[in-house]
Amino acid sequence: MKWFDYAVPQSLAETTHLLSTHPRARPLAGGTDLLVQLRSGAKVTGLVVDVKYVPELNDLSYAPTRGLTLGAAVPCCRIRSDQAVRQAYPALGEVASLLGGTQIQNRASIGGNLCNAAPSADSAPLLIVLRATCRLAGPVGTREIPVEDFCTGPGQSALQSGELLVSFHLPPPPSHFGACYLRFTPRNEMDIAVAGAGAGVELENGTFRSARIALSAVAPTPLFVREAGNWLAGKPANAESINTAAEIAKAAAKPITDMRGTAEYRRHLCAVLTRRALEAAVRRAKEARA
Amino acid sequence: MTHTLTRVRTTINGEAVEFLCEPRQSLLECLRDILGLTGTKEGCNDGNCGACTVIMDGRIVNSCLVLGVEVEGREIITIEGIAQGGRLHPLQRAFLEDMAVQCGFCTPGFIVAVKSLLDQDANPSEEQIRQWLANNLCRCTGYDKIIHAIRQAAAEMQEVKV
Repeated sequence: MKWFDYAVPQSLAETTHLLSTHPRARPLAGGTDLLVQLRSGAKVTGLVVDVKYVPELNDLSYAPTRGLTLGAAVPCCRIRSDQAVRQAYPALGEVASLLGGTQIQNRASIGGNLCNAAPSADSAPLLIVLRATCRLAGPVGTREIPVEDFCTGPGQSALQSGELLVSFHLPPPPSHFGACYLRFTPRNEMDIAVAGAGAGVELENGTFRSARIALSAVAPTPLFVREAGNWLAGKPANAESINTAAEIAKAAAKPITDMRGTAEYRRHLCAVLTRRALEAAVRRAKEARA
Repeated sequence: MTHTLTRVRTTINGEAVEFLCEPRQSLLECLRDILGLTGTKEGCNDGNCGACTVIMDGRIVNSCLVLGVEVEGREIITIEGIAQGGRLHPLQRAFLEDMAVQCGFCTPGFIVAVKSLLDQDANPSEEQIRQWLANNLCRCTGYDKIIHAIRQAAAEMQEVKV
């Protein structure tokens, strides 16, 4: 790795000051992407800002009326073992168990997974279907954006110069809600998705009250397929509706052909994974407490 | 710009340790090149193979993906800290006796990773062991002998407790 300096700010104000006064500064949380990229030369920096000691980035708190606040630097191992996450957002705990292996999960954060802005980021589709918002802090203050607007291209995000992802906010799950993210990988662990699909559904008297579907690894960014969820709203929660929504998701995908799979194969996977994720989400919504 | 070294105070294998490093040096480089603890191996140097696994504050990490400066105030356990009082850990003995070692390069990473698993769960299933070790690669053994050795060691450790 090329030489860089290292700073350990203790407050958000100190962090945004460092990031905005050093144009090539990079925030470090778990380092599982950043250190690999600095070593390979894919990214360059003059200052690594370790954000793990900033309280707002370490917050993991839930209240039934307010929802979940998830600090951007909270490692996956804390998320997957958190009691409130397991009860209110079981699919989020599953995604935290899906990124890398044990060693990676002990360091990697969901915030980092999103900031890396890979089209294949496993956490992104799930955050989208859970209606997460991102809190960003910069030199001129804070702002909130929906998570589906965060990634703007491969490795590119809505973060402006000097800006930092502080935390996610997830609204409390409505009654009869279920969510699920599924991905296809040749190897179960430590692999990058060929394609992935997340589904979140809210049921009411056997019909979809609302639904959201998002895909990974089949477009330049994680893809929110708003029209598939909108189409499901008001339809009966049965196989026919689910199959149609899966076809809408498939049609929305814009995959490329690469070493992991062909575009055609990925489109096929979109339909299969969307269908299965919807089926699992419906099952969970039926089991969920009113 | 002058490049000054950073002083790091940490605990390694139960001993207070102080060293100087560059911010860009990984914990792995600090252990091997500065502190002479060469039991921890460098395999891929990008977080895939697990040969550099160490325990940091009770959790296993790839030391190639931790900066040396990040371990200020932390507690690190490396393969050198697994045997106690000159006696091999049951895992180390089982790896030898069950021939779970071929070239041996991945072995320190496996033993450190599994030590951490057995500290949390004395009797993990084969599936739990395999899942836990997804981030540790072995290109010689085909894993079966490693899994067998781990189960032997776990059983032996439970007998000793009873």
